[in-house]
Formats: sequence, C-alpha cells, structure tokens
Amino acid sequence: MTDPNGLIGPGRPAPDFALPATPDGRRTGPGDYRGRPVVLAFYPADWSPVCGDQMALYQAAMPEFERYGAAVLGISVDSIWSHRAFAESQGIRFPLLADFEPKGAVARAYGAYAPSGEADRALVVLDQKGTVAWSHVSPPDVNPGADGILDALERLCSNREVMAG
Amino acid sequence: MTTPLQVTARLRTPVTGADHVRGADDAPVTVVEYGDFQCQYCGAAYPNLHELLRQREGTVRLVYRHFPIANVHPYAESAAEAAEAAGARGKFWEMHDWLFEHQDQLDPVHLSLGVEQLGMPPDEIGAEVERQAHADRVRRDFVGGIRSGVNGTPTLFLNDVRHDGGYSLADLLAAVDAAAET
Repeated sequence: MTDPNGLIGPGRPAPDFALPATPDGRRTGPGDYRGRPVVLAFYPADWSPVCGDQMALYQAAMPEFERYGAAVLGISVDSIWSHRAFAESQGIRFPLLADFEPKGAVARAYGAYAPSGEADRALVVLDQKGTVAWSHVSPPDVNPGADGILDALERLCSNREVMAG
Repeated sequence: MTTPLQVTARLRTPVTGADHVRGADDAPVTVVEYGDFQCQYCGAAYPNLHELLRQREGTVRLVYRHFPIANVHPYAESAAEAAEAAGARGKFWEMHDWLFEHQDQLDPVHLSLGVEQLGMPPDEIGAEVERQAHADRVRRDFVGGIRSGVNGTPTLFLNDVRHDGGYSLADLLAAVDAAAET
C-alpha cells in the first residue's frame, strides 16, 4: 500500500470532501462523522450486477456496522439521480455519494480511480479522527463482502478500549 | 497500482448441534449453504443440491443457514423465521423444501397455506413470525455468514472453504468429489 499511485494506505490522513448525497443538493463527507469510524465503499457503477449485491449487502449488514458506531458512505461516479433510483430499487438507506463533477475527483484523491473512468471497487475504513485504518481493493467483478470491514472496525474499537483503559 | 488481493474466505462459525443438517452425520464432506428463500439463484441451486445429496449419499451432508437480504427481498425474513418455526416442530426441511418450491408464493396468505399443507398450525406459526419469535436465530446465522465472507446468496462452504465455482449439478459433484479426496 506504499505505491503513491495505488489505493491510500493505513496511517495516512484521509482527504476530506463533501459530495452531493441527495437530489436537493445536500452534500456530505467523512468530516460530518468525525468521532465515529467511517466506511468509504467506492464502487464502479450503479446497476452493474455485482455492485447491486455489494451495496444491498451493506444495507442488510447495517446493524453490524452500527454496533461499532460506524457510518457507511457508498461512492461512485454516477449522478445523484441514478443513485436515487438505484437506492430505491435495492432498499438502500445509507448515503450514496455522486463523485460526478469534477468526475472521479474524490476517487482520484484516494487512489481509487480506474482508467476505465469508473471508481475501483475499493474499501477504506477511517478511524474516529479521520486517519485511514484499513483499505482494500478488489477486482471489479468481485464483491468483497463485509468481513474485512468488520474486522477493521473491531480492531479500531478494541484499540480504543485499550487506550481508554 | 495496488495488486488486488484475493483471499479465499473460510467458514468462521463451526457447524454445531443447533444447525439444520440433512445427510449422514459422519459424511466426510459438509456443505454449508447460506441462503435466502426469496433469492432466485438459491432457488435455482436447490434442486441441484437435492440431487447432489442423493447421488453422493453418505459422502456429503448439507447444512442450511439463513442469509436474508431483506431490503431486496421483502418476504425473505418472514420465510426464514417460518422455517425456524417449523424447525421448532421438527419440520425444518419440509418447510425449507416447500419455500424453495414455491418462491412466488411467500406472501403471508400463501405461506400459511403451505404451513397447513405440511400439517402444522398456520395461526400459531403466523403469530410466531408476526412477533419475530425466531428473529434472533435468523440474525445469528446472518452475522456468522457476514463474518465468514458471505457476499451474496447462495454462498456455499465445502469443509469450511468457500466454494467460488458454479452451482450446476456437475460443478457441485466435482467440488464435492475433490473435497472428499483431500
């Protein structure tokens, strides 16, 4: 994870950003969730079959993410309108952010932008202070599941208990 | 570029007496299925798993665990809880089979007809599903699956290793035969 062209690695401060989250123009980003772990789930596109499964899975797994107080943000280069229709079709209630204009700027800042013009299928877990705690990139056609995220959140929360104690 | 890292997921929650098991206890190959009764791919795999158990009787046993994706499949959770309610009456597999054979009839009205067909009290089971009496059990299965790397349904583990191949009968027979030899 030390390659400057690759996905951002653990220990690095996460670039802050605010992207459109709803058609009425509301923006959000990791800075809105400081004090909580944040899961950034970059994915290539709404509607491609694997992503549908991945984001739908994260909605189904939301109670587990919430046990660690974590916020989950999905990010692709699709527009807010595509995101809205996609979220409705999959029953997704967590924010899907539009990295649409300038296209892929946030994905690029995280080293998660593919030459095809889409985001990589990349997961980045930020700690409560906005530092990268864990990151992982999968092949575009492989749904990485949630186990890596939950392992990272578990480590973050156990470290915290140790520090508090 | 960071090289995509592929790690084969392993089952982290061992098979116990609380699991629903079909097939010989001492079978050398255990297939653990994480499934969703409203998932069409699970429905497509169901007859193949059935035939697999028949053709490899004594070699393979099947464990079924719940993995309902309720935000996409509105009847998946109630179907899973109904199967547990049937399980509490010793009829888990009968209900499991009925559900996969009637995937377009999982709404409450048709489900209660199915329960009745299987000789169970529809009102009692309906009430248990209504008050989510078996929700914890279903959730436990789901969480164990999530932690084991289940990323969709169906996901199968053969002797604790995730099966990333297909679900046709030929694929399943080949995978089970390979697992039986190791």
